[in-house]
Amino acid sequence: MRINTFDELNVVRNEYKKALELQKKQILICAGTGCVAGGSLVIHDRIKEILESKNIKCDVVLQHESHDESVGLKKSGCHGFCEMGPLLRIEPMGWLYVKVKVEDCEEIVEKSIIGNDPVERLVYSEDGKLYFKQEDIPFYKKQTRVAFEHCGHINAESIEEYIAVGGYSATKKALFDMTSEDIIKEISEAGLRGRGGGGFPTGKKWQQVYIQQEEEKYIVCNGDEGDPGAFMDRSMMEGDPHRVLEGMIIAGKATNAHNGYIYVRAEYPLAVKRLSKAIDDAREKGLLGKNILNSGFDFDINISQGAGAFVCGEGSALTASIEGNRGMPRVKPPRTAEHGLFYKPTVLNNVETYGNVAPIIINGAKWYSEMGPENNSGTKAFALTGNVNHTGLIEVPMGTSLKEVIFDIGGGVKGGEFKAVQIGGPSGGCLCLDAGHLDMSLDFDTLKSAGAMIGSGGLVVMNDKTCMVEVARFFMNFTQNESCGKCVPCREGTKRVLELLNDIVEGRGTMEHLELIEELSDTIKNASLCGLGKTATLPVVSTMKYFRDEYIAHVVDKKCPAGQCKALLNYVIDPELCKGCSKCSRVCPAGAITGEIRKPFVIDTSKCIKCGACMDACNFDAVKRV
Amino acid sequence: MSKYMIIDGIRVEFDKEKNILELVRKAGIELPTFCYYSELSIYGACRMCMVEDMKGNIIASCSEPPRDKMEIRTNTAMLHHHRKMIIRLLLASHDRDCTVCEKSGKCKLQELALRFGLHEVDFPGGNTNNKIHEIDKSSRAVIRDPNKCVLCGDCVRMCSEVQNVGAIDFAHRGSKMIVSPAFGKNLGETNCVNCGQCAAVCPTGAITVRSDTKELWKAIYNPNKRVVAQIAPAVRVALGEEFGLEPGTDVIGKIVSVMRRLGFDEVFDTSMGADLTVMEESREFLQKLKKGDREYPLFTSCCPAWIRYCETKHPDLMKYVSSCKSPMSMFGSVIKKYYEENVDDEREIVSVAVMPCTAKKMEAARDEFNIDGIRDVDIVITTQELSRMIKEIGIRFDEVEAESSDMPFALFSGAGVIFGVTGGVTEAVMRRVYEDGSSKVLREIEYTGVRGMEGVKEFTIPYGDENLRIGVVSGLANAEKLIEKIKNKEERFDLVEVMACPGGCVSGAGQPETMFANKAKRASGLYRSDKVSQFKCSQENPVVTKLYSDLLKNREKELLHVHYHYNK
Repeated sequence: MRINTFDELNVVRNEYKKALELQKKQILICAGTGCVAGGSLVIHDRIKEILESKNIKCDVVLQHESHDESVGLKKSGCHGFCEMGPLLRIEPMGWLYVKVKVEDCEEIVEKSIIGNDPVERLVYSEDGKLYFKQEDIPFYKKQTRVAFEHCGHINAESIEEYIAVGGYSATKKALFDMTSEDIIKEISEAGLRGRGGGGFPTGKKWQQVYIQQEEEKYIVCNGDEGDPGAFMDRSMMEGDPHRVLEGMIIAGKATNAHNGYIYVRAEYPLAVKRLSKAIDDAREKGLLGKNILNSGFDFDINISQGAGAFVCGEGSALTASIEGNRGMPRVKPPRTAEHGLFYKPTVLNNVETYGNVAPIIINGAKWYSEMGPENNSGTKAFALTGNVNHTGLIEVPMGTSLKEVIFDIGGGVKGGEFKAVQIGGPSGGCLCLDAGHLDMSLDFDTLKSAGAMIGSGGLVVMNDKTCMVEVARFFMNFTQNESCGKCVPCREGTKRVLELLNDIVEGRGTMEHLELIEELSDTIKNASLCGLGKTATLPVVSTMKYFRDEYIAHVVDKKCPAGQCKALLNYVIDPELCKGCSKCSRVCPAGAITGEIRKPFVIDTSKCIKCGACMDACNFDAVKRV
Repeated sequence: MSKYMIIDGIRVEFDKEKNILELVRKAGIELPTFCYYSELSIYGACRMCMVEDMKGNIIASCSEPPRDKMEIRTNTAMLHHHRKMIIRLLLASHDRDCTVCEKSGKCKLQELALRFGLHEVDFPGGNTNNKIHEIDKSSRAVIRDPNKCVLCGDCVRMCSEVQNVGAIDFAHRGSKMIVSPAFGKNLGETNCVNCGQCAAVCPTGAITVRSDTKELWKAIYNPNKRVVAQIAPAVRVALGEEFGLEPGTDVIGKIVSVMRRLGFDEVFDTSMGADLTVMEESREFLQKLKKGDREYPLFTSCCPAWIRYCETKHPDLMKYVSSCKSPMSMFGSVIKKYYEENVDDEREIVSVAVMPCTAKKMEAARDEFNIDGIRDVDIVITTQELSRMIKEIGIRFDEVEAESSDMPFALFSGAGVIFGVTGGVTEAVMRRVYEDGSSKVLREIEYTGVRGMEGVKEFTIPYGDENLRIGVVSGLANAEKLIEKIKNKEERFDLVEVMACPGGCVSGAGQPETMFANKAKRASGLYRSDKVSQFKCSQENPVVTKLYSDLLKNREKELLHVHYHYNK
């Protein structure tokens, strides 16, 4: 049913709110990609089955005609605590159940839905302490959710629920109570900066598009999140798609644009599905399309699916890809604000940036700018991964220290001591302990000054068993493969740097290799055409800066201090510890271990393929990696 | 006050320059580039044209508009390092068979390696060009060797932007990127029009014009073959460049002479063939006018690349394309017939055409261009190939005395000569249509707007009681725009001349490689030759008159016209 005016929006909002209140209990099952992979949809269906078999009225969709009390059963967006998935939240108590299995469903319904007790064994515990409520869990405690406030708290596929919790009121405000200038001023004063990596002031960007005289303009949302390990944008598109749409509608109003495109990678099928549904629902309700809420303002959004090229996250490559051309960045000027999509003035922001727009419009610039340090307002979402105890999606105020993120929220380093953190994806840098980076404030400017970047917000924690040369090599391999191939420094240069890094990890490196890497990095950084090339060598440059000893160990001593580079390590048997049981010799696939029973065995290094099977097999820790 | 920039401390004023690079060159600094052509869109991929501003920012000068009072440097330690590194990187993955490369001596990469004094590839991985890409010899016009490609994209942009063909584009990513026809097909299997402009802009040997000189030498040295050649109008004003002469210098006499010394038995001038084309095309045009069939224009048919374009993109328009063969093929069939019927010689006739054009190689090989199995033209070589043949033998071109072409076809009109420049065919046809060779009328035609190197010329000329709408385009993208207007009924024309190469045949891909300015000089060269020609109009050429009363009598259709049967 179409909502024709803004008064009608208020009316339906109250209806939906009432309907939501009638759901005396709600079960929110995380339906983000991670938990879905863990079986959360099966859990959802199982609970539905159980509820139905017990004749408990359950709403999978919000019923807005008046009805009796019921239990709401919802597929929500990502709760963030992915390490502990599948996650299930019971409202209104705010209980969070972790690592839920299908077998647990019966008990959950029995105890928490029919009864009023938590299932204790499913509650998160740390250091022997049980945390019943999600908000009390250390992982959540230090977080501030602004962009992701609805993720995990409402049904991700329901426009009604989104409206019920206040959705589209920012759109209403922008359309009826604000001029383009007002909106731009609000966003500028809030200090919102692009969350996609560059950190360009969003208000300024909108202003640049606003002043363009062209009649046709575009609002483009960059959902081409390509950093390995990053999933902030995906989570938002899957978990709160209407938030993104709202941000785009408001950007449209601010710049007098009437068409939007969401560029989302085809590898995010769930995001595509939820966004498509959200767009269809919004159109049906009249919140997209002609004359939204009778404001006279038209705005519609299309989805354009990318084919998975990392470089298509770059603005001009992205617009080229939407146009149906090869996704290759072009030289600037002219900038996207002047000649973007279809050569028309274009606002291009990433998903998270749009996600911040609605709360700023509702709560005001002052509220937003009070979060975070100067010039770095607001919150930022990070995908916390790697050797950290609590991986997942987090949102913290800008300026939170790395230490808080890794140790308080992330629960500390897994499998060893903290060594480094790689931030900002393949174009980001590595930060380390020695340089005092742990106390560093996570914001655009501080990170930049340390030779890293916030990027889109990938945060990979590494323990002391990580070889930093290998890390650099890994990322260089990624960028080398993902370079579009257009400009020489990036295409040929990254290939050469990778070649040199391969030499180093395989034991062929020399000091000249290091010199050449630095020389090449200099050219790649300064001479490349687009951001991908300009930042491609950050992982190498930063690791060479902070872990130079490790590089030197590789090229001079031919040793990998972390014991990771196969070519640089040897397996030997400590004759003191070896009992001569022959177990190692029996598991060795290469026949490299020989010896007499009850006497120390020996590894023939020329035959050894360094698979480590002997080490795993030895009961006496006699096999050593040197 | 005029605007200016400070480049390496020197004040350089600017006005219409679109980018800093043009200004740097204006300042007398030859900044190296691979991917910059003023005729093409800015690509910015080679990064050689970098300059540094006073804040130490590095800017690609090709894409940056000049700003008043901006100060830049083109020569700093950093820039030097980066430029050299880029050349090193390119060399490290480039084919190294320089000595036997078609482009050797004319290769931009080779030139820059020399300029930067690079004599070794100093990466530990060495040269990584493993020649994994197959050499594509499927096209009649060009040979594609992706192993020699530096991925500057000039060919891609030329093909799509100037020619609107898009037969080649980039495929794959990163260091695996190549320029290739879609789906890895061979060029010969695509809609490529064989214009060869991709080869003309290629800085290396990745796309080169197919050479047919080997076959030609064989024929020349074969005592059982009589090798008869014709030389296209545009060749005379360009070949001299290869031997240090000013662009536009008419060296037809020297060419005739030198070709005899190379071993050609007879040497003729295609301008004579062009005169026949004028006669036929004018007749066709007048007939069309008389019929009142004026919704669509008569399109000219001299350019084989245009024919191919029309066949592939606008097959519905083929019925409006003149049925005249090109001057080369008309002359080719006349030559073959002449020897067959009039000359008692046991030897087999080998008909050779020296052309500014690569598409002519394709035209000569087309099924339609033979009479009872006898090909109109057997071998087509380009201006460049001829220059190479001369160099191969070692004849000092500058010392060669001019000679005139052979009888019985030695006479030709100025109308035939100007076929080599855009608008030339139209002007020649008009001279015939007006049937008034007075200098007053000639001048009137000249000033209608038919001349000039612009890509699109539209004008109206009076004819009897009415006005004729004429369109002259060069560059197939320009043709496309005109066709669109015609199809949308926004414009109506009576005659449309299309030449695929921008500026006409003088800019053909078989010509010596050069900048656009030289092409305009070649065009002026042709107009000068027209000025001094004995006959201005084709109908005045006595050879033409003789042919019509003799050899061509009742055989015009058989010998001078063609029906294309394009089969996708």
